[in-house]
Amino acid sequence: MTDDRRPERAAEGQMPGELRPDGGVAPGTRLGAARHAPRVGVFVCHCGINIGGVVRVPELVERVRAIPGIAVATDYQYCCSDPGQQIIRDAIKEHSLDRVVVACCSPTLHETTFRRASADAGLNQYLCEIANIREQCAWVTPDRDEATDKAESIVRMAIARAVNDAPLEPVGVDVNKRALVIGAGIAGIQSALDIANAGYEVVLVEKEPSIGGHMAQLSETFPTLDCSQCILTPRTVEAGRHPNIRLYSYSEVAEVSGYVGNFKVRIRQKPRYVDFDACTGCGLCMEKCPGRSESSFERGLTKQKAIYRLLPQAVPNRPVINADVCIYLQKGKCGVCAKICPTQAIRYDDKEKFVEEEVGAIVMATGYELIDHVKMGNYGIGRVPDVIDGLAFERLLSASGPTQGEVKRPSDGKTPKKVVFVQCAGSRDQEHGMPYCSKICCMYTAKQAILYKHRVHDGEAYVCYIDVRTPGKGFEEFYKRATDEGITYIRGKVSKIFRRGDKTVVWTADTLAGRKVELEADLVVLASAVIANPEGVKLARQLKLQVDQHGFQTEAHPKLRPVETLTGGFFLAGCGQGPKDIPETVAQASAAAAKVLAMFGQKRLFHAPTTASVDEDVCVGCGNCEKTCAYGAVQVDPKRRVAVVNVALCEGCGACAVACPSGAMSHNNFSKKGTYEMVDRA
Amino acid sequence: MSTSDDGDRLVCQIEELSGQRVADCYQCGCCTAGCPLGDLMEPGPARAIRLLQLGHARELLDSDGIWLCASCMVCGSRCPRGVDYAHIAEACRQIRIRQRFSHAGPETVTAAACEEIPQQAFMAAFRKYSG
Repeated sequence: MTDDRRPERAAEGQMPGELRPDGGVAPGTRLGAARHAPRVGVFVCHCGINIGGVVRVPELVERVRAIPGIAVATDYQYCCSDPGQQIIRDAIKEHSLDRVVVACCSPTLHETTFRRASADAGLNQYLCEIANIREQCAWVTPDRDEATDKAESIVRMAIARAVNDAPLEPVGVDVNKRALVIGAGIAGIQSALDIANAGYEVVLVEKEPSIGGHMAQLSETFPTLDCSQCILTPRTVEAGRHPNIRLYSYSEVAEVSGYVGNFKVRIRQKPRYVDFDACTGCGLCMEKCPGRSESSFERGLTKQKAIYRLLPQAVPNRPVINADVCIYLQKGKCGVCAKICPTQAIRYDDKEKFVEEEVGAIVMATGYELIDHVKMGNYGIGRVPDVIDGLAFERLLSASGPTQGEVKRPSDGKTPKKVVFVQCAGSRDQEHGMPYCSKICCMYTAKQAILYKHRVHDGEAYVCYIDVRTPGKGFEEFYKRATDEGITYIRGKVSKIFRRGDKTVVWTADTLAGRKVELEADLVVLASAVIANPEGVKLARQLKLQVDQHGFQTEAHPKLRPVETLTGGFFLAGCGQGPKDIPETVAQASAAAAKVLAMFGQKRLFHAPTTASVDEDVCVGCGNCEKTCAYGAVQVDPKRRVAVVNVALCEGCGACAVACPSGAMSHNNFSKKGTYEMVDRA
Repeated sequence: MSTSDDGDRLVCQIEELSGQRVADCYQCGCCTAGCPLGDLMEPGPARAIRLLQLGHARELLDSDGIWLCASCMVCGSRCPRGVDYAHIAEACRQIRIRQRFSHAGPETVTAAACEEIPQQAFMAAFRKYSG
């Protein structure tokens, strides 16, 4: 850094309290809270051999001690331990420290520990800074001399920053103790019930006409073979009539504004064309309706009426009209449903409505879909008859499905005598599908093959697999049961599926026998890759939640914060975060509810004060900051023409400070001066 | 089974010539499953790659399988890991041909075949099969 880039400093020369070029602090400082030269204490952690095995810690401490203005510099094996923290607390008191620098691991791990320790000793916690000499130095710099030099640079930078820090107080905000749960599959239902049973109101939003999600489509569940609907419907009924749950079915979240503890949610209610209060759910309309459309719930195996409900146990038990195929809404003729409805509940003039709800926390339970096989033409789905995906086969097995649980192939309704199950159809395929393992397919394929054998006793079932993965309670036993029941497992990925006569031919390999295998099947079931529900991905992106390259919502920490997000107030449940089975989904949904309840248990929430702040005397009100802010936290006051920061919304990303042409916008404890000095000391 | 330095060197050479990484293969068998010659080729694509993963390059170079590959590229186009066996077989043939090995030279052609097969096809076959 040359002086011509900072003319003010060249003009002022060495001011009292400024860092000297040697890294020391000039006497007579008046920085931040300190009314004397900042008394800096530096504590270097060995972290066992993590740091100490590479960085020469005693030498580093000697070098740091030589920096003028350092009141105390010492080292300890594990600073994060109780005695390690006590050393810091004692030193603060003994040496009257007013800045603390701990050279240790990443601040994401122990910044809070050391800031609390500093606060215990009476120091403002934001005057404690971390020098990351583990992840950013010891772990990536094998040479001991280089690592020691680099660690010294990092510590000098942290000292420069600490000296420029000002004491701050956390920002407190009130909590609206109502929750929004987006998606009412089993994940959303479980979260909503847990929160509602704890005595808080829940707004539950579901895009489909009734709740239950994909679990309502399933026949029986592995590994116990419980009937899916029998275990699900008590939950849907409870959610539907719970006094603390306000259910918006056939609705979508249009917009979320606000911040943790104080969100405003705009919900779009799609037109149902049926008066929700007048309708009794008798179902006469559906009997007489002549309109037909593809049923996505039945995975295209059967047509559904233009006025429809998803299943007989629908919650809420109110049909909706699909306007795209309703003859009356398209052509103005028909009107059979209106004529036959005993309570005159049909409303052809229904329009979409918007409602606003205020909540404090949001659970994302947006769920999954199966991969679209267009990219995998060699599997023939949609082109070759009698190739269906796993969810379609669930509908064939389901007692409430289009065949009442009898296995019949779609092309001609015959009972298939030979069924080939194709695993990893799109999973573990970085070239044509998804690189990840979809986790649930091995078990549901085994289940489907077992259920097929139970329905068709003389049928043959083949499973083509790459690996059978059974990590779960009772899973390996369930796989053994499948092989015991005469299901043939062939180890090879399927290459091609095509039609020959009335048979569907599957080309695979038996890699264990080292040969190519051709199977002539009556029905082929693909265990298609699980993907994040595309509408959930869109919503997550709109809400500025972090999603991974495949669209799955990203947790705040893969191990220790698995249901939280990096955006305050948002929690994750179910397959929107990654593929998982029902027990795991329910566990995660309850965990998300527990996190919401932990938040609701607090009187006020506290937010880090390292936010943006405006120097109103300098601000020209250009609005660059407002345009740059990803969180809607900065707005230009139209009367005074200056930017105003809503500190409750500000996440402290610093983008506005970079965009500000006048230098009015800065970031608490990331001042320009401090940053320049850090660069100088590096 | 054990790997040898000779085998490792040959595997490196095959990888370099073919531009493929044999370690990428997770042995799903999709290549063999789709191979139009999968029933005849010994070893088939998946087993051939397995031999290379274990360092048994010499065994593959001495096999008939590499000469049977028609370079139709079905294996590579469907491989979930982006490994193209046709390129690997081609690399193996190149190595053998540079060792002056002939899988099918002029001496193997029968008089009857001379009558039936166009001259150009002979030339193409010798270019591919003989060193």
